[in-house]
Amino acid sequence: MEGKVYLEDGSLFEGEGFGACKTCVGELVFNTAMTGYQKTLTDPSYLGQVITMTWPLAGNYGINKEDDQSDRIYACGLVVKEVCETPSNYRCEKTLSQWLTEMDVPGVAGVDTRKITKKIRQNGTVKCVITTESLSYRQLKKLCEETSLRTDYMKEAAWAGPADLQEYKEEKLNVAVLDFGAKRSILQALEQAGCNVHLFPYGFTAEEVLAIHPDGVFLSNGPGDPAAAQEAIAEVRKLMHADRQDGKPLPMFGICMGHQILALAAGGRTYKLKYGHRGANHGVYSKETGRSCITSQNHGYAVEAESILLHDMEVTELNLNDRTVEGMRHRTRPIFSVQYHPEANPGPADSQYLFDRFVEMMKK
Amino acid sequence: MLKKNIKKVLIIGSGPIIIGQAAEFDYAGTQCCKAIREEGIETILINSNPATIMTDQGIADRVYIQPLTCEAVEAVLRKERPDGILAGFGGQTGLNLAMELEEKGILEELGTELLGVNRQAIEKAEDREQFKKLMNEIGEPIPASAIATSQKEAADFVQKEGFPVIIRPAFTLGGTGGGIAKNEKELKELVQLGIEKSAIGQVLIEKSVAGWKEIEYEVIRDGKDNCIIICSMENLDPVGIHTGDSIVVAPTQTLADAEYQMLRNASLKIIRALKIEGGCNVQFALNPDSSEYIVIEVNPRVSRSSALASKAAGYPIAKIAAKIALGYSLDELSNYITEESSALFEPAMDYCVVKFPKWPFDKFRTASRKLGTQMKATGEVMSICRSFESALLKAVTSLEVRCDGLRIPYVTGLSSEKLEEKLMACDDERLFVIAELLRRERMNLEEIHERTRIDMWFLSRIANIVHMEKRLEKEPVSAGLIEEAETMGFTDAEILSLTGMNSNALHDLRTYYDIHPVYKMVDTCAGEFEAATPYYYSCYDEEDESAADDAEKVLVVGSGPIRIGQGIEFDYCCVQGVWALRELGYESIIVNNNPETVSTDFDTADKLYFEALHVDDIMNVIKKERPKGVILQLGGQTALNLAEGLSERGIPVLGTRNKYIDLAEDREKFSQLLHEIDIPTPDGGAITHVSEAAAIVEKLGYPLIVRPSFVIGGRAMQVVYNDEELYQYLKEAVSLSTDHPVLIDKYVEGIEFEVDAVADGENLLVPGVMEHIERTGIHSGDSISVYPAYSLPDAVVDKAIDYTERISRALHVCGLMNVQYVYDGKEIYVIEVNPRASRTVPILSKVTGVQMVKAATAVMLGQKLPDLEWGCGLYPKSGFYAVKVPVFSNAKLTNVDVALGPEMRSTGEVLGMDPDLDKALYKGFLGAGMNIFTGGGVYVSLRNHDKTKANAEIMKEWEAEGFRIYGSAGTAQFLKEETVDCEMVPFEEVGKMIGNKIQVVINVPQVTNNLSTEMFPLRRQAIEHGLPVLTCMDTARAYLKAVKVKKSGETLDYPPIFG
Repeated sequence: MEGKVYLEDGSLFEGEGFGACKTCVGELVFNTAMTGYQKTLTDPSYLGQVITMTWPLAGNYGINKEDDQSDRIYACGLVVKEVCETPSNYRCEKTLSQWLTEMDVPGVAGVDTRKITKKIRQNGTVKCVITTESLSYRQLKKLCEETSLRTDYMKEAAWAGPADLQEYKEEKLNVAVLDFGAKRSILQALEQAGCNVHLFPYGFTAEEVLAIHPDGVFLSNGPGDPAAAQEAIAEVRKLMHADRQDGKPLPMFGICMGHQILALAAGGRTYKLKYGHRGANHGVYSKETGRSCITSQNHGYAVEAESILLHDMEVTELNLNDRTVEGMRHRTRPIFSVQYHPEANPGPADSQYLFDRFVEMMKK
Repeated sequence: MLKKNIKKVLIIGSGPIIIGQAAEFDYAGTQCCKAIREEGIETILINSNPATIMTDQGIADRVYIQPLTCEAVEAVLRKERPDGILAGFGGQTGLNLAMELEEKGILEELGTELLGVNRQAIEKAEDREQFKKLMNEIGEPIPASAIATSQKEAADFVQKEGFPVIIRPAFTLGGTGGGIAKNEKELKELVQLGIEKSAIGQVLIEKSVAGWKEIEYEVIRDGKDNCIIICSMENLDPVGIHTGDSIVVAPTQTLADAEYQMLRNASLKIIRALKIEGGCNVQFALNPDSSEYIVIEVNPRVSRSSALASKAAGYPIAKIAAKIALGYSLDELSNYITEESSALFEPAMDYCVVKFPKWPFDKFRTASRKLGTQMKATGEVMSICRSFESALLKAVTSLEVRCDGLRIPYVTGLSSEKLEEKLMACDDERLFVIAELLRRERMNLEEIHERTRIDMWFLSRIANIVHMEKRLEKEPVSAGLIEEAETMGFTDAEILSLTGMNSNALHDLRTYYDIHPVYKMVDTCAGEFEAATPYYYSCYDEEDESAADDAEKVLVVGSGPIRIGQGIEFDYCCVQGVWALRELGYESIIVNNNPETVSTDFDTADKLYFEALHVDDIMNVIKKERPKGVILQLGGQTALNLAEGLSERGIPVLGTRNKYIDLAEDREKFSQLLHEIDIPTPDGGAITHVSEAAAIVEKLGYPLIVRPSFVIGGRAMQVVYNDEELYQYLKEAVSLSTDHPVLIDKYVEGIEFEVDAVADGENLLVPGVMEHIERTGIHSGDSISVYPAYSLPDAVVDKAIDYTERISRALHVCGLMNVQYVYDGKEIYVIEVNPRASRTVPILSKVTGVQMVKAATAVMLGQKLPDLEWGCGLYPKSGFYAVKVPVFSNAKLTNVDVALGPEMRSTGEVLGMDPDLDKALYKGFLGAGMNIFTGGGVYVSLRNHDKTKANAEIMKEWEAEGFRIYGSAGTAQFLKEETVDCEMVPFEEVGKMIGNKIQVVINVPQVTNNLSTEMFPLRRQAIEHGLPVLTCMDTARAYLKAVKVKKSGETLDYPPIFG
């Protein structure tokens, strides 16, 4: 099977196809993590994106059930240097390419992924066509030009239902999760921290959320441009001023898109990064602790620092490489958020303590 | 932030190169000195190893080439009064010294702080019990273990923990008597044996995790408790083989994210618990069938693994660790490769790295090749490529062993039964055995996995390589197939031999279809940020990232892995060469594959190519860079061997021309040349068949010295005294080398000395002459040698310099040369000429102040010696003696003879320096770690040849110094006749006396390296007791001089060499 990746700028990368025999148009991004391809592909935040793995050997340890971050692969294509057909790991159930076939997602191997990465670094994320079908250059070009990419994927990325959650227990804290495409490990982290999780997919209203008398509200990760989530932003704005039943201000915690939506709801602005942060190795400095840690990242947009400072928010964490906003908190209310992924999966769990911090806020 | 109270620091080096402690500490120490010095802090260095870059002028503010003993370091501390000590850059030697100084209260008294790693951390990481306690406290699993004094206790332990278990006798020397028990029977036997062997009737019994995956993490922590992982590494060989002897791949290949993060978390937890400020290495065993793991070991310092991790990931661990020790936090530092991102990040690699060990078994033919928990490799190579297969094959090419990819003639010639046996023997050729078993389809992957426990992922990759071999053999040649094979790492030579096509056809095909490697950058971030430092590897991919500019540049070929006879001194020369080029206004390019060295540091040369030193790989770099010329004479024999191939291809080799290199190495032609210019050399001849030997013997008479042609470090060289020895040698050696003849020379006994020089074709500069303590017959690398010549008459030295000058003219030497001479009391003979850098270049450069490599580089690029700062002729003496003492890794390699001979066995060297020769000798012995006994018993056993009056006189001196002399039957009788009071000891009794009645063994054996001789085990026994074994009477005399110095009780001076 042949495999091709056509980029908006007219460049074409030809290699071998694997996985599904299919053609998709998406935003081409790169991820620098060296482990965790299964967790990455099932992360709903990748909806509408074609992922280039910079680590050249994909599929070494195969695929297993436990590692899925959602119900399916959300990325619309995978580009790697080499795909391993003879994986080895005691948990391995199938190969990466078998799984891609089952999930109906195309993959391309044997292309110069470093060249693609550098192209993205230099020119920014681009629209691309990934195909494992026999399409001509002209066909690819046409398809690319005719397809416009959506930016409001967060409206349909919520996948989990009550079946994915632990049993409700009276004595536990109630957390309303505003679900823009939450990763399973976030839900698990909240549950492990002692919370009953209540999911609110896109379209929720502040009233609905408050009706369950939550001890706190959590805003999840998700795909797309946060500014496209106008409805959610409006509802979150109301929640930011809401109080709990006991009259205390409602604690809120946002991750990734949740962080961006909080910023927008507070009156701030977000902007698109040239090529985003996707990987498991970015250092983030915390003004609160004076220390730094390694974080798992996956985002194409960022919060504009100045814009939130005017709206009662302060920047608490910074990316050590490009000084972008990695965390913020409300000056007076128990509201905080981070741009990175403390739930890890894939990547380091060095900032998992944030879930405990959220729980403490809710207990106050 | 930089600690304000630190104005001056002392850095402790690691001393001589021994197995397990090699060039990686020169790399770490050099980075450390540079990192500290650039902060404006006064940097003091102490190291006994003169072959290092770190002890060179200009690296530290003041350099002490002095023994790494507590006394010497204390003396330096008292004189210098530094604010802090950095001990974590000098390997185990550095840590041990720091602990000793701390325990003696010297650091406290002087108000000197241990920076980076403190006493508690060292103790907690290195003391078995404390480590166990700490791991239990933080909940990290370690292997269950117990002490047993009876079968019952051992059985109880196994009942609880299960098989397999490791049994180790407590307190034995050399670790004998231990093993792995997989069942009741083996347990009983091993416990029985162990209790018997143990001095205190105890065995340590530990749950074995042999067969689990062996994983390593390199971790850095700063004073703010920020922690990061630099690199993870996975050993291809599962637990059971020392990581230094394992094929290692970076990053881990078979770990899923969950497992990777689990071990990462554990690493961070451990470094935090140890409170290390700097680098640390954590080793794990991971059960391949579950997520169970245990912590095997923690090294609270930079190490061989951290050097590998630094080169693999492009992250300078030692540099950052040094900055942290000074008070910086990671988030205050920037990534030195990208310059635009932070040092607080975890490198992302977009290539696969393979490290392959280099073993000395070609030198130590009697040594057991079995790999286990004792490291045996002297060095290693590293390769980088886009796939594991290609990285592995590149690494194999870099090893410079006689192989064609995964095919070694010896292995492919074995019967299938023998192969299966060899697979289980777990030796250095196991990879090649696996490939051959697959090639013959004698075993499938599962069967090999069952037996070796090597992960199926690695075995599948080896199978891919074998599959490609078969395709090349069977399929019709096509551009596609060739490209696939090249991409997988096959060399041209291998493709030619497998396909049977001729090299012109391959060349044309490659040219027509443009099948050529491109170069990609090592940038720490997988392309995410723009990188500033040009560090490249080749691969067959689309985009070439190495932009060759039009600057005038020179390529320096490195010396590859450290091995016996080709050590760190050549890396010193290459680095010096690169620096000299920069000063001369050229852009420098270095090609090398040794991850332990300074030459492969990211900021040494203007451009670094991490490649095999194979002519094809060098040609590819040359095609890319189009340098003005190539320098080969700095990279030892490895680089020099490329002279022919490069010259044939029309590449300008700078310095001495290939024609003359060839001439110097062709003994017959060279003898002819010497004859023509009227310089004597021992008579000799070459034979290609055993039948030709008799004629030569007739002509020359015994003793003779025999050796194969084209050698590094005198491989397989021997002095023979009779027909029996000669023919036995020829039987072994001729099969060693069929392409090249065997050389037989008259053995001239006398004083050996060497002249190192720089020549420009017309003029000669001789920085100094070094005279050997031991007479001819001992390899120059293994003899103690002294600068300046201490006993040779001036006229002899003058004559030798005249000879050297005439030889340099005759060979049109341009650059460095080394000539070895012997003086038999009447005549001076030339033994050998090396038209390249030699082992003594760093020593002479340092003790004389003549920067030999700088001079040679300038000369190679057209300058003349009179125009340089050192002039011509013999350089004035320095006013002190410098004694080079070789250091052996005897304790590491069992079954290897400790007796000196014409074959080099030492792995490293130290320098003892003092205005007084005897004191310099004493310091040299101390630096080499030799015990100097001032009394006690000495056992003497001499071969007949050495039962001379002169030697009896030496023993009288020993007697006069108060030693009790014991002797073997023959020697005792001889000594008594010579009026030495010597007690005869029956051979059977000697073993029992070693270590109590006998402190020193003087044994000049008839034959060396023969396991079946009766003295061999005695020599080993003495060495394992830490006793001096002197196998040459000249050494015995020198040792006695050191004894006298020690007895005098005089306080020694430890002055700096630089600064």
